Amino acid sequence: MEATIEVSGLRKRFGPTLALDGMSFTVEPGQVTGFVGPNGAGKSTTMRVILGLDAADKGSALIGGRPYQSLRHPLSQVGALLDAAALQPSRSARNHLLWLAHSQGLGAKRVDEVIEQAGLSSAVRRKAGGFSLGMRQRLGIAAALLGDPPVLMMDEPFNGMDPEGIVWMRGFLRSLAAQGRAVLVSSHLMSELQDTADHLVVVGRGHVIADTSVAELIATASDGRVTVRTTARSEAMTVLAHAGATVAAADRDTLIISGLAAEKIVTLLGESGVPFSEVSAHRATLEEAYMELTRDAVEFRAATPSGASIEEAAR
Amino acid sequence: MTATITPQQPGQQTGRDGFAQVLRAEWTKFRTVRGWVIGTLVAVLVTAGIGLFAAGASSSSCQNASGSNGGPVRTGQGCQTGIPPVGPAGYAVSDSFYFVRQPLAGNGSITVQITSLTGLLPSTTSNGSDTRPGLVPWAKAGIIIKESTQPGSAYAAMMVTADHGVRMQDDYTSDTAGQPGAVSAASPRWLRLTRSGDTITGYDSADGTHWTQVGTVHLTGLPSTVQAGLFAASPAYQAISENFGGGENGIVAPSQDTAVFDHLSRSGAWPGGTWTGDYIGAADGSGIGGYHQAGSRFTVTGSGDIAPAVTGQAGDVGATITEHLVGTFAGLIAVIVVATIFITAEYRRGLIRITLAASPRRGRVLAAKAIVIGSVTFVAGLAAAAAAVIFGARLASARGSYVYPVPWATELRIVVGTGLLIAVAAVLALALGTVLRRSAAAVTIVIVAIVLPYLLGVASVLPVSASGWLLRITPAAAFAIQQAMPQYPQVTALYSPSSGYFPLAPWAGLAVLCAYAALTLGLAVVLLRRRDA
Repeated sequence: MEATIEVSGLRKRFGPTLALDGMSFTVEPGQVTGFVGPNGAGKSTTMRVILGLDAADKGSALIGGRPYQSLRHPLSQVGALLDAAALQPSRSARNHLLWLAHSQGLGAKRVDEVIEQAGLSSAVRRKAGGFSLGMRQRLGIAAALLGDPPVLMMDEPFNGMDPEGIVWMRGFLRSLAAQGRAVLVSSHLMSELQDTADHLVVVGRGHVIADTSVAELIATASDGRVTVRTTARSEAMTVLAHAGATVAAADRDTLIISGLAAEKIVTLLGESGVPFSEVSAHRATLEEAYMELTRDAVEFRAATPSGASIEEAAR
Repeated sequence: MTATITPQQPGQQTGRDGFAQVLRAEWTKFRTVRGWVIGTLVAVLVTAGIGLFAAGASSSSCQNASGSNGGPVRTGQGCQTGIPPVGPAGYAVSDSFYFVRQPLAGNGSITVQITSLTGLLPSTTSNGSDTRPGLVPWAKAGIIIKESTQPGSAYAAMMVTADHGVRMQDDYTSDTAGQPGAVSAASPRWLRLTRSGDTITGYDSADGTHWTQVGTVHLTGLPSTVQAGLFAASPAYQAISENFGGGENGIVAPSQDTAVFDHLSRSGAWPGGTWTGDYIGAADGSGIGGYHQAGSRFTVTGSGDIAPAVTGQAGDVGATITEHLVGTFAGLIAVIVVATIFITAEYRRGLIRITLAASPRRGRVLAAKAIVIGSVTFVAGLAAAAAAVIFGARLASARGSYVYPVPWATELRIVVGTGLLIAVAAVLALALGTVLRRSAAAVTIVIVAIVLPYLLGVASVLPVSASGWLLRITPAAAFAIQQAMPQYPQVTALYSPSSGYFPLAPWAGLAVLCAYAALTLGLAVVLLRRRDA
């Protein structure tokens, strides 16, 4: 049977906060599934419930059709990176992996293999407490790979990584999925998942907002929108808004317009004497698509016009 | 015929239950944090080190006596007199009394009537040179059959006592009650001992006609010819008062008793014709005693005692191996810290989530941790106690200090028991660390529960009754496992925690700690299972 993560109808309350409110989704093998949502949307709680660390009030989370607690060697079913800081600082990186290997009946040979895979060979004898956050992420990934599991789950693996590390991580996640594994990667920044995720589970306020492929999502978000490049941004905004379009400032000299056709925009700007260098059909970034989706789910959103909020949140 | 291949269900293929793997993982965790290993070694070093310091610092009374004459004396006759002989059971004994004796070659019996037991006590008002009439509670006189006149040799005796009626005693530690009540001319006591091989039977009677058997003892290896006759002994007088706020003070001085024997009769093989009176067990002639014979009527005066020699007693000259283990409390502190952090460090860093994700059966994780920390600290405690006992004894004897001998089984119980005490305390600390998930709180509570009551108890800062209760109901009761000497009802001594006596029996005391540890561990398992990690 194909190993997957199946989450259905999870509810969990922490005191007055409803952390999970009917969370349901499935992670398919052979692709990277992005698990995206603002902070507090319930991503980490869902992952803890999947790993049997937190008990859900309702609902179920299964790994390959079985609850996590019933797995005998769980690390060979699911590899997880929850919190890269979860280390005994005075223990060396290699010994951290060694005790984890011993708990699964694995030996030092397997430890050396995952150290190689995670690119940690040079630092492995050092105390883990001296590691940078990026190094700790690599150590966490090595730990997740120990049991060579068909399912991998990573909570914010890009946190603290330098650009080079981020590039490495993207390639690494894609290669794991290419090996046929089910890979679930959470992030609160959609941009990190650009060119990495094949599928997205977008969550907010404890439940799934969208469960879609990345290609589909971008097509939807791009639909009917037009990019205008202009040096006179504020004049162009005034003119186009006046004509009934929704205008969003995407960049210092870029506007994204919806509700007006490209030809009509060219005409309007020409009539008003506003200079522009480009008017083209817009292709949304993953991030814009995500912002569109989660707009209502962001709990502490500033009460500003939607265009401005997109800009600020994207920074 | 075709073979049927049953597809393996994931997770069911493991024949072994995987506990060995959890155990190995926890052991790897422990040994790979240098601070924890060092902490455990520190526990060994302070336990043994403080004990050896105590052994080296203690000085014998012999040293003190000759110290004014230009430095300590390590050997010499003066030292030997202070050292008690060792009885058949391996314990040190008091064996000094006045003995009016004849050899008994083979089987036989001796019968006598006692009509009076009186004595002299030191005066409480003067500096000790005056005396007043009176008896210490365990002043004793009667008939005795003894292997030889060598102090520490085997014996059996029937006697009257000042406050405890007729007793049959043998080989120092055994004590059986006969007729109650004090002896007087109006209410005399008849006593009889019969010997048959190595079996000696004691009888008492109020009238010399109707006899009651008090006891039968076997003195293994008793030679054919033994010494038998009359004796009188009177232990030192002690008036001890408890100070306000704890501690004791008092006076200790020799006492003596005099018994009047009549109607002495014998049967069996008594080859000698005359009685010999001498003081046993005081080579320097310091013993008080003498006798007077008029026909079958004897008046015998004596002092000293035939009983176990214990610490906390008048004339206590040495230390027990318990005192060489005083460092245990310091070692415990180090062990408690390490054992608590073994789990609380995981909570502090969130590492507990990795642990529980790797081993979802949480009860087993805690069991594995308890086994690892318990085994490591047991070995550490065992090594520390063995070093303290073995080298402590050598150091003390090199310094000329006396260490009370104890039977090897007692020594083994103390050393192994100290290892167990430390190990079970470590498990308690681990369990409480799991319950509280905070190092500082858990360490503080366990130290307050075990180390503090022990220190208060043995340091004489509390009244004896208060420290007695502390050492019964707190986990510190487990220190009873280190008690080297039993308490004897027939020996008057200060049986307080400060002199090495605990209110509970050794294993009962350890059981109190085990109960605390088991309850806390049970609570920890329940909470670990129930709580979100």
